Amino acid sequence: MAMVHATINGISVAVEAGTTILEAAKKIHVNIPTLCYHEDLAVKAVCRICVVEIAGMKLMQTACSYPVSEGMVIYTDSPKVLKARKTILELILAHHQQNCLSCAKNGSCELQNLAAELNMSHALHFDPETTNFPIDDSSPSIVRDPNKCIQCRRCLEVCNTIQTVGVLSVEGRGHDSKICPPYGKQMVDTACVNCGQCLQVCPVGAITLHDNEDRYMAAREAGKTMVVQIAPSVRTTIAEALGEEVGTVSTGRLVSALKILGFQYVLDTDFSADLTIMEEGTELLQRIQNGGTLPMITSCCPGWVKFCETFYSHETEHLSTAKSPQQMFGAIIKTYFAQKLKLEPGNIFSVSIMPCTAKKFECARPEMHASGYRDVDLALTVLELARMIRATGINFAELPETPFDQPFGTGSGAGEIFAATGGVMEAALRTVYEIVTGKTLEKLEFTAVRGVEGVKETSVDLGGTVVKVAVAHGLGNARKIMDAVARGKSEYHFIEIMACPGGCIGGGGNPTRSWQKVRQRTAAVYEQEKELPIRKSHENPAIKEIYHEFLPGPCSRKSERLLHTHYINRQDIL
Amino acid sequence: MNQVNYSITTPQAQLVRVAEIAAAWHGRPDKLMDVILEVQHIVPALAEDVAAVIAREMGISQNDVYSFVTFYSLLPVRPSGRHTIRACSNAPCHVRGSKAVMQGIEDFLKIRPGETTEDGMFTYTLCSCLGICDSSPAIMIDDKPYGNLNYESVQMLLKRYIREDVDAWNR
Repeated sequence: MAMVHATINGISVAVEAGTTILEAAKKIHVNIPTLCYHEDLAVKAVCRICVVEIAGMKLMQTACSYPVSEGMVIYTDSPKVLKARKTILELILAHHQQNCLSCAKNGSCELQNLAAELNMSHALHFDPETTNFPIDDSSPSIVRDPNKCIQCRRCLEVCNTIQTVGVLSVEGRGHDSKICPPYGKQMVDTACVNCGQCLQVCPVGAITLHDNEDRYMAAREAGKTMVVQIAPSVRTTIAEALGEEVGTVSTGRLVSALKILGFQYVLDTDFSADLTIMEEGTELLQRIQNGGTLPMITSCCPGWVKFCETFYSHETEHLSTAKSPQQMFGAIIKTYFAQKLKLEPGNIFSVSIMPCTAKKFECARPEMHASGYRDVDLALTVLELARMIRATGINFAELPETPFDQPFGTGSGAGEIFAATGGVMEAALRTVYEIVTGKTLEKLEFTAVRGVEGVKETSVDLGGTVVKVAVAHGLGNARKIMDAVARGKSEYHFIEIMACPGGCIGGGGNPTRSWQKVRQRTAAVYEQEKELPIRKSHENPAIKEIYHEFLPGPCSRKSERLLHTHYINRQDIL
Repeated sequence: MNQVNYSITTPQAQLVRVAEIAAAWHGRPDKLMDVILEVQHIVPALAEDVAAVIAREMGISQNDVYSFVTFYSLLPVRPSGRHTIRACSNAPCHVRGSKAVMQGIEDFLKIRPGETTEDGMFTYTLCSCLGICDSSPAIMIDDKPYGNLNYESVQMLLKRYIREDVDAWNR
């Protein structure tokens, strides 16, 4: 690759041809403020905040989009640049509703940080010209406030290009344009799958989480029996959400915090992830042996399930009928758990802590009441829990380690790795291999299904039968696989699909994502999984117990009723 | 206040014709403008069902069609009244008093830009330069431009539209 040489603020730098000024400046530790720029997304260059002066050029250029060329002399700190930057910021602020103190993004807003960084310590020179569009909180997962939008268009790329759901569009042109669902629709009437990736990239408070903390508070006040389950990925991201280092695992401290927050029983979703493996693995074997619909596709991810129901409504028979771990646990908590601890199921308020905004939609699905009650009453995300911990005044860093409550506080390593993409597949293979071959699996790690590649595939020899499997994460990648499935051209037996890029660990309810962080979190998940005493779902004693005491066996009539579900056709949303 | 109404049902026969036009350009998103120019003569508005048919036949996403249509102020996404009034909101007309003309329209019809009168007679929108800055401030009603207007004369013009003897004005 040809190298080009340039000078930035008098410091010479040599970079590959095609490198942008912003990247070149980063290399020599020159900080250029940005707003619409996002490290994982395409260059937009719409906010103009990163303007720099180039010697010999009349107009200033945006550093995020302009490539360095040979002999270029760039200034990022000249008075001209500093003045222009501030004017641009003031113009953006003049269009932005400034009720920062009562905004959900207060403290984590990129525009707020930028204003602080650029020393906006005086009143605006421009008259504010804000809009007064209605706030759309119709979706169970996200709230859209168009008045706070700064038109960076990150959400458009995520929704339309990466996730290919295509809910958000630009309405109008130029200054008057607005980012919204087409034809004046509310979010709830669109094909939105609630993955929450848009709120992960929104720099301001225009797309935020639908906060359900009030429902938790009401249940607690009403004196309900508070039961909570913690998703596999939450223990890796909650500390990050509270300001600790990325990838800090804090299982014991998390349990302590939830005890303080008034939950009598703190249970581990790793257990029901194991249960999912037993049900789903058995279903897969039955399908292979009895000539059922193949490939079978996982159904753990509610975002993916809704995507399939909407865009591939004729392929829903490929979905495993097994519920997601959250819903399985919900059904178990209000039946077996309640019986065992002699609790009144109607008085149990079952909460789940999830990395996922789509779980809010899933637990509200009408068919999810197998126990005779709402299986899961409320799904909270990591972000909401972090706010609750902060507002309660809990010093998370100093909390003692508390173990999970029994009987459902034991999960295996297989359940643990559900957090990352490829985890469900790996967990299923560990169990299915041992059940089919009767041999002990020597090497537990299926590294071919790990990693951040969009579509991963491998094949496993199950005592003579070769099973071909694939793993996709991000709905754009899911489409690639599903198009082949829809044409009947797919040669796989088992496919894992997760809606969010990176799997649950990159989910919409987590602290703000970037691929860098997702990689660190994933590494932490696999690192701690190695240390766990039980690493296969079928060896989990709690699983053995439930199939001994409560359920006759995987995919039996009783588990069909409690732990399996059906899908609906949502094609008419399109 | 007039409620924004997006939901209209385009007749099936029209949608079939739309599909025919769009299907010729499957996989050619660059031909969207040609398709829409043809389609707008067939349907009352480029409504949701029309966009859905275009998107399906051309193999593009439905909200791409929506973003595209709303970019152009002359393309309607919801059905308009019998006559569409477009008032120029650009600088030359502004300098020569388009504010008064707009006020005249709003006071006379009791609607704001983007709205339709209750009787469905007029839809009033703002638009960009009509290219007749020499006779600014200018408006366009349907496909006829009118220039050199003021608060009173624009109301006179609208009265003629209501009385349906606008031909006299044009002469």
